[in-house]
Amino acid sequence: MVSGLINANPIVYGKKDHRARTAPVQVDEYAAEPIDQQEIFDHIRDIKDPEHPYSLEDLKVITEDAIEVDDKKSRVRVTFTPTVEHCSMATVIGLCLRVKLIRCLPRRYKVDIRVAPGTHATEAAVNKQLNDKERLAAALENPNLVDMVDECLVPSYE
Amino acid sequence: MADPTQWVKHVELYVNSSSTAAQQEASVDAIANLLKNDLLTLEALVREMEMYLTTTDSIIRSRGILLLAELLTQLRSKRLNDASIESLIGFFTERLADWKALRGAIVGCLSLLRRKSHVGVVTDDKVKAVVQSYLQNLQVQSLGQHDRKLCFQLMECLLDRYPAAVRDLGDNLIYGICEAIDGERDPQCLMLSFRIVEILAGLFPGPSGPLADFAGDLFGILGCYFPIHFTHPKEEDVDVKREELSRALMLTYASTPLFAPFSIPLLLEKLSSSLPLTKVESFKYLSYCTSKYGVDRMAEHFETLWSSVKDATYVSPQTNLSTEVGFMSEMGFQDSDIMKQAFVLLQELVQQSNGSFISLILDDEDIKIFMNSLNQYEDFDNIPIDIRQRLHAVGRIISVCVNTSIASCNKVFESFFPLLMTYLGLSVAEPHENSCLAEDYNPPGRLNFGALYLCVEVLSACRYLVGSDELTPIPDFANQTWCVMLHNVSKSLATVFVSLLRSNVAENSQNAYICYGVKGLQNLAMFPGSLLAVSKSTYDSILLKLMSVVTSDINKTFLWTLAMNALVEIGSFLDKCPDSERLSSYESIVVEKIFSLISSDDLTMPVSLKLQAAFEIGATGINFMLRVVEGLDEAISATLSAVYAHGNRKSVEPTIKLLEYYSNKVLPWFHKSGGSEEIPLNFALSIWDKIENNRSFNLDSLENELLDATMMAMKQAVGSCSEGSQEKIINKALGVLLSSNCLEWMKSISGNTQSEVEGLQQIHKLDSFAIRDEWITSLIASIVIALCPQTYIQNGKFILQFFITTLLNGHVPSAQALGSLVNKLPLKITGTPLSKNLCLDEAVDMIFHSCIWTSYNGSTYERGSSEIDLSSLRLCSLSPESDKIHATIGLAWIGKGLLMRGHEKVKDITMTLLNCMISDGDRGSLPNSKHPSLVCNDEDLHHQLMKSAADAFHIIMSDSESCLNKRYHATIRPLYKQRFSNTVMPILSTLMLKYDSPSIRSMLCRAIAYVVSDTPLTAILSEAKKLIPLLLDCLSMMVEDITNKEIIYSVLLVISGILVDKNGQDAVAENAHSIVNQLIELTTYPHMMVIRETAVQCLVAVSELPHTRIYPLRTQVLRAMLKALDDPKWVVRQEAVRCRQAWASIASRSLHF
Repeated sequence: MVSGLINANPIVYGKKDHRARTAPVQVDEYAAEPIDQQEIFDHIRDIKDPEHPYSLEDLKVITEDAIEVDDKKSRVRVTFTPTVEHCSMATVIGLCLRVKLIRCLPRRYKVDIRVAPGTHATEAAVNKQLNDKERLAAALENPNLVDMVDECLVPSYE
Repeated sequence: MADPTQWVKHVELYVNSSSTAAQQEASVDAIANLLKNDLLTLEALVREMEMYLTTTDSIIRSRGILLLAELLTQLRSKRLNDASIESLIGFFTERLADWKALRGAIVGCLSLLRRKSHVGVVTDDKVKAVVQSYLQNLQVQSLGQHDRKLCFQLMECLLDRYPAAVRDLGDNLIYGICEAIDGERDPQCLMLSFRIVEILAGLFPGPSGPLADFAGDLFGILGCYFPIHFTHPKEEDVDVKREELSRALMLTYASTPLFAPFSIPLLLEKLSSSLPLTKVESFKYLSYCTSKYGVDRMAEHFETLWSSVKDATYVSPQTNLSTEVGFMSEMGFQDSDIMKQAFVLLQELVQQSNGSFISLILDDEDIKIFMNSLNQYEDFDNIPIDIRQRLHAVGRIISVCVNTSIASCNKVFESFFPLLMTYLGLSVAEPHENSCLAEDYNPPGRLNFGALYLCVEVLSACRYLVGSDELTPIPDFANQTWCVMLHNVSKSLATVFVSLLRSNVAENSQNAYICYGVKGLQNLAMFPGSLLAVSKSTYDSILLKLMSVVTSDINKTFLWTLAMNALVEIGSFLDKCPDSERLSSYESIVVEKIFSLISSDDLTMPVSLKLQAAFEIGATGINFMLRVVEGLDEAISATLSAVYAHGNRKSVEPTIKLLEYYSNKVLPWFHKSGGSEEIPLNFALSIWDKIENNRSFNLDSLENELLDATMMAMKQAVGSCSEGSQEKIINKALGVLLSSNCLEWMKSISGNTQSEVEGLQQIHKLDSFAIRDEWITSLIASIVIALCPQTYIQNGKFILQFFITTLLNGHVPSAQALGSLVNKLPLKITGTPLSKNLCLDEAVDMIFHSCIWTSYNGSTYERGSSEIDLSSLRLCSLSPESDKIHATIGLAWIGKGLLMRGHEKVKDITMTLLNCMISDGDRGSLPNSKHPSLVCNDEDLHHQLMKSAADAFHIIMSDSESCLNKRYHATIRPLYKQRFSNTVMPILSTLMLKYDSPSIRSMLCRAIAYVVSDTPLTAILSEAKKLIPLLLDCLSMMVEDITNKEIIYSVLLVISGILVDKNGQDAVAENAHSIVNQLIELTTYPHMMVIRETAVQCLVAVSELPHTRIYPLRTQVLRAMLKALDDPKWVVRQEAVRCRQAWASIASRSLHF
């Protein structure tokens, strides 16, 4: 596929500690805990970069602040930042994010994946591709692509 | 003699390169056994093996030699004659030249050289020959790792065991070793080679010996290993740790002073490395070398050493601000490893140098300038962080100097102390009466924080010097310069510290001042009185001040905690180094104050704080604790009388707290510190006195909490007494009981069997006995619960009868007491049998034949004479159902007591309970003459009775906090739960098959759930196949009722236990379908989150089962997980994600989105 690495030497930022959910001493059995930013972030932080053995969090491709959730309206938007502008992996990363979120969120959710404005050469094209149902379905019919996505998702299930 | 053909085949097997390692090992063992048992002589063996040992085929030859060597290794503890040893060592020595068959030769030499003297050893001549051959023939570095290791082992053995023989070789030997270890890289071999050099250095200690010429070369080889650093983070050689290797190298460096000219410059140079590890290691090595080389060698490096220490600690300190709360504004620095090691080196240098090094520090310009500049940083808030770090470093340097030796301490005091005192506005000169600061002295403006900090550091270092010195004879501290100086200022110093505590501002910046004020006081108070440094009056005023903080500054939490800690420290110091004068001061000022504090009902100080202070002070020494307990006793007795006699509601709360403190803290403390049992005994007796003296209780029956706390304390107290004291307590209690009203209605029952039914009615009509009687009953029950099995109970029968009566009144502690009684009573009475004594069988008979259970003897149930015929009670219209419920609870506790000691009668009780549960079926046939509305009510009551019978299984199986446990001396047979479950589960499961009535089935389910959830998992696993369907029935039956959630959860836990176990999984596979259905239902259980969570986790475990079983269930589970993904709780969603992934990945990758 690709002859050389697109970004051979990415900056590794390291990761935050997994914030422990502290349960209050007296829990209300029936109180609902709506899905929030942190929960979404916990789902996707450990996804592996398609090129490197680092997680997306390590490379600051995604941050907690770049996630917008509205539990009532069942909407989530993830804005990610590719490591380099011409990164051809941007679509793969976007695909990974989408697949992972579809698998982790209830069906009522609408997932919106975007490249952060001004961080990618073909921003509009990537965004369009990532949010097009038909193209998404087609991509997931491609066994090579699905294998690649599944491989990236493995660490996020551990 | 063994037949040669027999063992030669072993030799052939060993030599044959195609045989496996295990075969070879076995053949070595076989031949070695023959040799050990003298069935074969060594000579015969060697003769027979000649061909293998001398053949020109190097592979066979090497195997042959190795076999011989291995055999010798096995024969290490068998005596061999000198001739054979001599010829064998000669052979191996010669073979060292044979590089193609080397291993056998080395192993052979090693095993011969390692022999103990009583089984024959190699002579010195031969040893010399071995060494010469070694040096001449072995090219160690060209060998493989294992052979190199063997070579090094051989050399180590030679140097270690035969120093005299090898010493003569001198230069040759050293040269040979240099050559052998040069360039070694393997950690294991390095460990050995470091050790070799270390021994070698011990062999040639003299400065003019052969080692002196080679020291440079040898160190040239060793030098390049410093610092030990593993480049591969994954330690493949787990057997050698970096620390071990580093330590071995350090020992080698320090092995001879001859290395000093080379090692010290190297280490000093490495200090400038940017790698923190290198710095730490360098300081470590330097400290160790300093202690080994001696001061003369080090003297020339003193200045460089000091500047490097100063560099690491003062100039560019690396400290972390400790993040502990409460130290925010304080000097809470934590030394880095580098600094720690630097201080260790500093201490070593000061200790070794005899004064020359200390003057280097004291004359240091930087330090001097810093000390003189302290004036600039008066206010703590204005001190920048880097100056604070410096202050900390200087403090540490000075305290290291102070606590190292008396001489250095004196020097530090001479040069710095007057300056510090001047900053604080004091003078170290001989105090005149008028020059002392007034008691209410207030420092002008802000006190110089730097001086305060250093002063406190110096004081604590002095204390360390005094305390830690194991010098004998104890030096005369009192006449030392520092002591005299301290004596002159101690009073004023204390005044200054006290003034810091007085500040009214509770602002944050004050914390640092307060903290060091308290610390200073604490340090002053912890100098031994014999030192004369701190006078008695000063000591007293310190204690008074701290005590006044504890009693009055309750709102200033920070100050209060500090003062409390200081007092505790002072107290425990006194306990360690007793000093009669100090002790009496402490007792009169602190302990007595605490005493009056608790015994007074002054409410300005909250009870919990009072108790905390009392306990912490008391815990510092047994005598203090005794006094504190005295106060507690008085307080309890005072508040109890207030409650009993005057019904003082206000006193209830503090009394509960006092009692809780007593049972949770004080009694366990005495128990742990092995204190006398006087305390619990007196406590228990005094409570009974209280009750005895207050004939009428002016209490609401609502004060149950107070009763609970008293019962708890009583149990604890009795439980920690010996048998003798327990007897005293129970006798006292009996006395009180007999003089109370309880007896009135007792008589009506126990005396006359005819009027028993009326008697029963009578109790019931009494509604409840008077509150005082309830207290007496409960407390007696608590005593009985906590008794030791050996304790002799007078009047046992009466007590038994009494409890049976009260039990029917719904008094649960009585039931527990009965359980404890049957659990602990002796099987037989030894000695003179008195009619009032009680043994187990008698007690059991009494209980079983007691009038209450058998009110109608003409019952239809004829199962056995001893069975309790509870079911017949049903016919008795006079006894209400509620009585039977109470009786069931009683039976449960009695059953538990019997079960735990392994008594067979528990079977009867179980049968009774079971009958009670299934009694619903024949209920319809009963003649019922009652009014319909009454029937309805009765129906409800009957349901409750069945339920309580089912719940009885919970009581029997679960561990109880309040009775029948280790703390209360219960007799516990191992595996009793398992045994009970084994007998009762088959019965329950057959009953399940037999009955269709939903109400009975639900009760049976309840009982099964209780039994299963408390049975050890291992016992369940063996029965898993049978149990699973039952448990699933239970679950489906119980989900209807919201009150069952706890039971559901415990059953679910059992199921998950089965699912994750290997054996359990086999059993589960057949029922996979129904299990999954049930689990899926539970994933939506609305009333308890953990149930949903566990159900999802169980589904994950199910996905591990064989594919063929679970594949068909896949879509079902995935659909359920879609729902679980939208669970209101985060934890469940999290588990659902895992579960979904687990199930999705067992099939093709096409997940349906």
